[in-house]
Amino acid sequence: MELLMAILIGVLFTAAVYLILSRSILKIIIGTGLLSHGAHLLILTMGGLGGSAPPVLSDGVTDFADPLPQALILTAIVISFGVTAFILVLAYRAYAVHKTDDMNQLKGNDEHD
Amino acid sequence: MINLLLFPIILPFFFAILLLFFKEKIRTQRILTLIGVVVSLASSLVLLWTVKTEGIQAITLGSWPAPFGISMVSDMLSALLVTTTLLLTLFIVIYSFTSIGEERERYFYYPAILFMVTGVNGAFTTGDIFNMFVFFEVLLIASYILIVLGGTKKQLRESLKYILVNVISSALFVITVAYLYSVVGTLNMADISVKISEVNQPGIITVIAVLFLIVFGIKGSIFPLYFWLPGSYAAPPIPVLALFGALLTKVGIYAIMRTYTLFFIHNTGFTHEILMILSILTIIAGCIGALAYFDLKQIIIYNIVIAVGVILFGASQMNEAGMSGAVFYLIHDMLIKGALFLLIGVIIYITGTSNLRKMGGLMKTHAPLGWFYLIAAFGLAGIPPLSGFIGKLLIVQGAFEAGNIWSGIIVLASSLVVLLSVMRIFIYAFWGESKVALPKTNRKTYNRLMAPALVLVVLTIVYGIGTEWLLPFMTDATDVLLQPSIYIDAVLK
Repeated sequence: MELLMAILIGVLFTAAVYLILSRSILKIIIGTGLLSHGAHLLILTMGGLGGSAPPVLSDGVTDFADPLPQALILTAIVISFGVTAFILVLAYRAYAVHKTDDMNQLKGNDEHD
Repeated sequence: MINLLLFPIILPFFFAILLLFFKEKIRTQRILTLIGVVVSLASSLVLLWTVKTEGIQAITLGSWPAPFGISMVSDMLSALLVTTTLLLTLFIVIYSFTSIGEERERYFYYPAILFMVTGVNGAFTTGDIFNMFVFFEVLLIASYILIVLGGTKKQLRESLKYILVNVISSALFVITVAYLYSVVGTLNMADISVKISEVNQPGIITVIAVLFLIVFGIKGSIFPLYFWLPGSYAAPPIPVLALFGALLTKVGIYAIMRTYTLFFIHNTGFTHEILMILSILTIIAGCIGALAYFDLKQIIIYNIVIAVGVILFGASQMNEAGMSGAVFYLIHDMLIKGALFLLIGVIIYITGTSNLRKMGGLMKTHAPLGWFYLIAAFGLAGIPPLSGFIGKLLIVQGAFEAGNIWSGIIVLASSLVVLLSVMRIFIYAFWGESKVALPKTNRKTYNRLMAPALVLVVLTIVYGIGTEWLLPFMTDATDVLLQPSIYIDAVLK
């Protein structure tokens, strides 16, 4: 199971890197989304996929899933959610001001401002 | 008062929240910010003294036993860095009163600064690797706000790149923590160090060490990863630039120093060799950039890159002289970069441009500015009575002791380049005749901008002259870095 997850995460990272290297801002943001998905799945996988019961105390269960990676993922998810919301609004503002979503045209220097 | 080490983190946080309620009342905001920073600074000074007299302060939040809760650890290095951070924030905030403009002040400028200081102080104090990630995000998100606040074309363009780079490096940080967790099964930094010693650093730990170097190298801008810094730092206004230049890259440096002296100490032949080579390349890349530009901001920005290289080079020697040199130089560099950015901010205010070719003859009209800039420039280069000397001396001594003669010579040669780059500003801006008529500036505004910059320069002079007095603090900081057992015993008591 871990091997399968590792391959899946590898595919996610590949897609993320490909999208981040593209020119359109929106594709880049989709790439960062995939990157954080990959990172979160990686925490889950690296914590070990063992354990048969969810990490909630209940009678007669001794084999819990590791609760720590789940807490880490939850933290990382809200952080990347906040940052993604910010970067989406920023991309919108940049589009409104610069009239382009092509990263190559956002080079410029002081003379172009 | 076992919670003392939390005060420099909580107080700025508390005042930042308080400030959110006074959006339109700029006067109230200024007063509250000033009170907040001064109170935090006072608490950090008490903390510094406590760490000096009673040794490392460590608590685990919620009274859990040590590896299970989140530990906060304040050793001498982090106490010194926290104090320096708050000291710099105080001057930059006072400078902002005059310089930043009401339009920005009305849109949560001061809360963003205080949130950023919360994140920086937290990252310096935490003893938990995932908590460090969270504090990194706190300071980064606040820095996103600061870099884009105002929304000029240039800021929008550059902050997009800055945020993208940091989003990617944050994802890498999470990935690295995941790998580390799967190998050692713990997140507490002292406990990680113990566990790595138990398995005696197998190959996978060395891979993780290099991953950490990449993550923190992006934050701290070491050689192949510094490409984002010159463009991004040139975009925001001067007080924000001073805050970033003095604090943000130093958090990355601190994290590298901490992980490379606490975790990865069993195969230093490989990891620290890489760190040393990269830091030398960082110095060279910074030197090329510092000489290439005729722009005030860019010259000082590339000097940040040089200093990052010098500090990490000292730390990578792993001997007493190199490490204490790195600590001396780290604190010096925070102070002097703050002072230099504030001073060039004044120059830009007077001349209305940051292009060196359009300046000249400022010595006739603004002599004190010229002399204080000269002192700061000499301090940056490391002329003996001033602040940069002792750090670089110890770093070079450490390099010679470790047998890295040529690298030591490159560090010495970089001082000449640093001196040349900052003296060029002095010669072009202050000597000669004024090429264009100066725009009409307000003398009162000029004085208000000068005051914090001058006090900061005076502080760096005191730092240079008071080396003997500061030595016991630096020795304490170095001891913890060179003997991780002190740190581990303090946390896992």
